Amino acid sequence: MAMLEVNGINVYYGSIHAIKDISFEVNQGEIVTLIGANGAGKSTTLQTISGLLRSRTGSILFEGKSLGGIPAHKVVSMGIAHVPEGRRIFQQMTVEENIEMGAYTRPAGEYAANLENVFRHFPRLEERRRQIAGTLSGGEQQMLAMGRAMMSAPQLLMLDEPSMGLSPILVDEIFDIIKAFHESGTTILLVEQNANKSLAISDRAYVLENGKITLTGTGKELMQSEEIKKAYLGG
Amino acid sequence: MKKLQKSNLQSVSGSALPYIVVVAAFFIVTLLQKSGNLEQHMQGMLVPVCCYIVMALSLNLTVGIMGELSIGHAGFMSLGAFSGVVASQSLIDAVPNTALRLALSIACGACVAAVGGFLIGLPVLRLRGDYLAIVTLAFGEIIRDIITCLIVGHDKNGLHILFNFRGTKTVADLELVEGGLPIIKGAQGAIGTTKISSFGAGVILILIALFIILNFIKSRTGRAVIAIRDNRIAAESVGVEVMKNKMIAFVISTTLAGAAGALYGLNYTSLAADKFDFNKSILVLVFVVLGGLGNMLGSIISATVLTLLPEVLRGFDQYRMLIYAIVLILVMLATNSPKMKALLQKLLQDVKTLLFKAVPKRKSEGEV
Repeated sequence: MAMLEVNGINVYYGSIHAIKDISFEVNQGEIVTLIGANGAGKSTTLQTISGLLRSRTGSILFEGKSLGGIPAHKVVSMGIAHVPEGRRIFQQMTVEENIEMGAYTRPAGEYAANLENVFRHFPRLEERRRQIAGTLSGGEQQMLAMGRAMMSAPQLLMLDEPSMGLSPILVDEIFDIIKAFHESGTTILLVEQNANKSLAISDRAYVLENGKITLTGTGKELMQSEEIKKAYLGG
Repeated sequence: MKKLQKSNLQSVSGSALPYIVVVAAFFIVTLLQKSGNLEQHMQGMLVPVCCYIVMALSLNLTVGIMGELSIGHAGFMSLGAFSGVVASQSLIDAVPNTALRLALSIACGACVAAVGGFLIGLPVLRLRGDYLAIVTLAFGEIIRDIITCLIVGHDKNGLHILFNFRGTKTVADLELVEGGLPIIKGAQGAIGTTKISSFGAGVILILIALFIILNFIKSRTGRAVIAIRDNRIAAESVGVEVMKNKMIAFVISTTLAGAAGALYGLNYTSLAADKFDFNKSILVLVFVVLGGLGNMLGSIISATVLTLLPEVLRGFDQYRMLIYAIVLILVMLATNSPKMKALLQKLLQDVKTLLFKAVPKRKSEGEV
């Protein structure tokens, strides 16, 4: 049984059909990537899984349990953490208060260990723990959003375009951290426009176009596919 | 902008300063009163000032901490005022001790406003931004209209309540038995109320409101509410339940407004529902914005100054509201300029270091 099974979901924004009958799965221990252009429906898919949006039909199963109708705040306690796109941090709180919010659904006893884990992956956040989060650089804000999500000790971490708008060096750093999360036992569902980087670390990937899955394969297979090279890898 | 936010959050992060200011002001005013240096009309302003401070604190929780613009807050004050008056007048014989009766009446006003806040919060908190503001405005007016239709009296058989929707009913229709007491007479409002509010009670209410709000901000729910304000999607994505947390904050806010209203209502022998109109809601909003969103001490100071200012300006006769408006504009401009803010910050910092010499400066404050 796959850890996450998405079966034929359809999501609408009003009358706009954003997600058209998408099905895919994520197995325990994998890194799975959804790649695609702007507006392909990648973020919508993640938001539907985490309960921020609803699908009209189809089902989403997490470890055999249906996520249909479960509100976003309960999905987190089931073991799914979602890092929304665009570095959605709590601007006016300090770095540490942001991280604390990540542990909102967890028992207080776990806090210290989870905090240590986050600071191990992000030493820079520890240096800046008293700084107001809104004054962090873009890369640091992305790290903070990821660190905050890790505070809920998720089994499945969903990352929405973590490399967006970052310098190449920071992109490398972010992908290294994703790999490190993965190695420490977290299953990862990644949404990216940076196909090169994300396919290189993925076990499997799905290509989304206009709300439909058009191609699927292992990361390596897709990197060698002519179609992908043309559309996403710059020749 | 960043600096502004920073200072706001710091000022709410649990310093004892607001409490000290309130207690110090209480002693100074009491001293002035005892030595006979407080003019008559100023003495009459003491309780209203306390009420407006509590109103400003309460609205600051909704607007500053929760980040939702509510412009119907006078409606909750009104609920508290009239239920407080009804409670007090009904209990005149049962509870002769005025302090106890005042406390009971304030509690009653707070409870009614809490229920009102919950019921109104159910539809309103699902809205955001402009929509929420407009709907709260509408509810404020609805509350005012309903109370205008209300005829209430009390006799030995208990409370008698009539809704005078057609305007045909009078107090006589209550059919009070001998010795009964009419309390609210429709559009005339509450008439013949026994004044039992006192400055001391007002100060206690301010301290209670401060205690509740400052601790709420530090609580788990308070943090969740601030997180929702800062970024709703991020808050949901870490597992914060939006509706429930906002509802808790809103009900606390309306409860305090109700308590302030009860204290206000019991300070006048007559009180009409028209007192709590849109202008009153805006007045309180001005206190909050001027004092700084999320800044509780700021709300206290601006509510005090702006309530007393028209009185102080009485010497200017008919120009006083003009001067009031000009002062308001100047203060808004001054508090919005970065230079003035830096200066104020420095002054505040100096006062703080003077007051708490023993407490080492926090790192983040050192950067300002």
